[in-house]
Amino acid sequence: MKDVYLILKNLTRKPLRLFLTVFATFIAFMIFGTLTAFQQAFDAGVDLAADDRLVVVNKINFTQSLPIAYVNRVRAVEDVEAVTHLNWFGGYYQEPVDQFAMFAVDAENFLTVYDELLVSDSERAAWIANRQGLIAGKSIAERFGWQVGERIPVNSNIFSQRDGRTDWDFDVIAIYEGADPQTDTNSVYFHYEYFNETQSFGGDWIGFMGVRTSDPERNEAVIQAIDELFVNSPAETETVPEKAFNKAFIEQIGNLSLILTSVVLAAFFVILVIVGNSMILSIRERTSEIGVMKTLGFTSGRIFRMVLAESLLLAILGGVLGILASGAMVALVNQAPIQLPVLVLGGSVWSQALLFMIGLGLITGIVPATNALRLNIITALSRS
Amino acid sequence: MSDDILFDLKGVSKQFVKGKETITIFDGLDMSIARGDFLAIMGPSGSGKTTLLNMLGGVDQPTSGEIHFDGKRVDTLSETQLAAWRANNIGFIFQFYNLMPMLNAHRNVELPLLLTNLGKGHRKKSVAAALELVSLSDRAKHMPKEMSGGQQQRVAIARALVSDPKLLLCDEPTGDLDRQTADEILEMLQLLNREYGKTIVMVTHDAEAAKYARRTLHLDKGEFVEKDLAA
Ligand SMILES: Nc1ncnc2c1ncn2[C@@H]1O[C@H](COP(=O)(O)OP(=O)(O)O)[C@@H](O)[C@H]1O
Ligand SMILES: [Mg+2]
Repeated sequence: MKDVYLILKNLTRKPLRLFLTVFATFIAFMIFGTLTAFQQAFDAGVDLAADDRLVVVNKINFTQSLPIAYVNRVRAVEDVEAVTHLNWFGGYYQEPVDQFAMFAVDAENFLTVYDELLVSDSERAAWIANRQGLIAGKSIAERFGWQVGERIPVNSNIFSQRDGRTDWDFDVIAIYEGADPQTDTNSVYFHYEYFNETQSFGGDWIGFMGVRTSDPERNEAVIQAIDELFVNSPAETETVPEKAFNKAFIEQIGNLSLILTSVVLAAFFVILVIVGNSMILSIRERTSEIGVMKTLGFTSGRIFRMVLAESLLLAILGGVLGILASGAMVALVNQAPIQLPVLVLGGSVWSQALLFMIGLGLITGIVPATNALRLNIITALSRS
Repeated sequence: MSDDILFDLKGVSKQFVKGKETITIFDGLDMSIARGDFLAIMGPSGSGKTTLLNMLGGVDQPTSGEIHFDGKRVDTLSETQLAAWRANNIGFIFQFYNLMPMLNAHRNVELPLLLTNLGKGHRKKSVAAALELVSLSDRAKHMPKEMSGGQQQRVAIARALVSDPKLLLCDEPTGDLDRQTADEILEMLQLLNREYGKTIVMVTHDAEAAKYARRTLHLDKGEFVEKDLAA
């Protein structure tokens, strides 16, 4: 502990070098923290998907529609507990750039199928009773400042009303919260009837269905039964577990986790070289000082530990700053008016990052520390 | 062995291997240094003065022979034991001061005390006393680069003294200083020898410097030739 002052003085003796190495580490850990938060959010889309939930889409492509008549036929399938249907509305609030996820749904069954969206019983009843009512997620409501009881216009960038308007009026009935911190609360849901009766596009079709089964064990049988119902019809269906659906959806973006891992690895490799090299140089510059310290009676082991402590401190300094900055980035992304999963910089990111910091500190410190350990007093002093 | 012998060298040989060549610097050197002595070692460049000082200080080992300090054999100690022995018994003063550039005078002088069990308060007192002794109390917060060569060497003397070692080893302590500053430093060493009873071994090129010592040994081809100071 007595050596802490010495270690700190050594660390800070060249402020420019300290700044550059800390900055390099900072950038790498900021990238790591932010990308890991993204990856975990996308993974959460898969992890949080309910095991007993299926998605029924048009077999051609999930953007193709299905006849509304399908819904009741699916309801009749054995082991199906609840069915709701959803239509993508293409909603935006006031400015066309302020887009968000908005669906016209079967309000009666919707919250039974998607029970991770939390509203009170009275709010639920109020929503079902109000044909022009909508429920909005906490994040989206905060973003636009919507209050319960307010009447708001929402535009569609796809549909128009029969009188040519592209905006619909809605009553904000409830603001739902997620059962999990990563549950998406950026979406808005309203009545299919309101949508179907007012839009000019031709009615009685739906985008896709959400189905809750009585037991995940029964999923396979239910999937087969549903798809068999519509075989050889003009709109065949493809029923998949929600987990698989979300996963396939994410994989459309590309192999995300491979991309993230490569970027993070590249960033770490670069700082390993930069910081490692800079540590080796700065210890070499101190050759005669280390010789003097050994002459005074500092053991080689103690000097080894001091050098290692210095490189650890360097890595932790840059790393902690980087993760803090990625926390700020994540907060920023969560507020940004773009449709993204909820990012959370959780304890697992921190503990993983801490491990990387320690690893980085040890790897960049081991060579200079060993050089210092081995340094012979006479050669060290005769070089000065 | 007499009680007033601090250092005793018996048949010390030292060889360096340089490629295929083996250079013999000392071959069976015998020597003793009395407690309280102030010994100057002179001799031409390359005669082995620094090598001898390094062996006395336990940073280099003889190829053969024995070195006894205070009645105990030290040339056979391990590297770690030697480090502790140096910390307890020896103060080093170098030609180029060799202060830590990132530490102020106070922290530089404190360095050897980090090797002891002394608490913060004790260390502070000892450092202040050592700086007082070299008349640099008012420079405690100064960095080495803010001080003249003479002042830096005085800080180095304070650092060598602070843990109260029996022996000071000085390799050309005035080699980098002008005459007047050199004399100040030498007077200080003389004071430490006479008033504080420190045994001092000083390597020097400078006959003037050697005059401050109690006796001077001339090293030539690995042998000592003792000369009268007046001669
Ligand atoms: N580590 C070493 N390896 C090889 N030769 C050395 C080494 N150290 C000193 N020498 C040689 O030993 C001789 C004495 O050196 P040194 O003790 O430094 O002399 P002085 O201090 O009297 O000038 C010189 O010839 C020098 O080249
Ligand atoms: Mg020399």
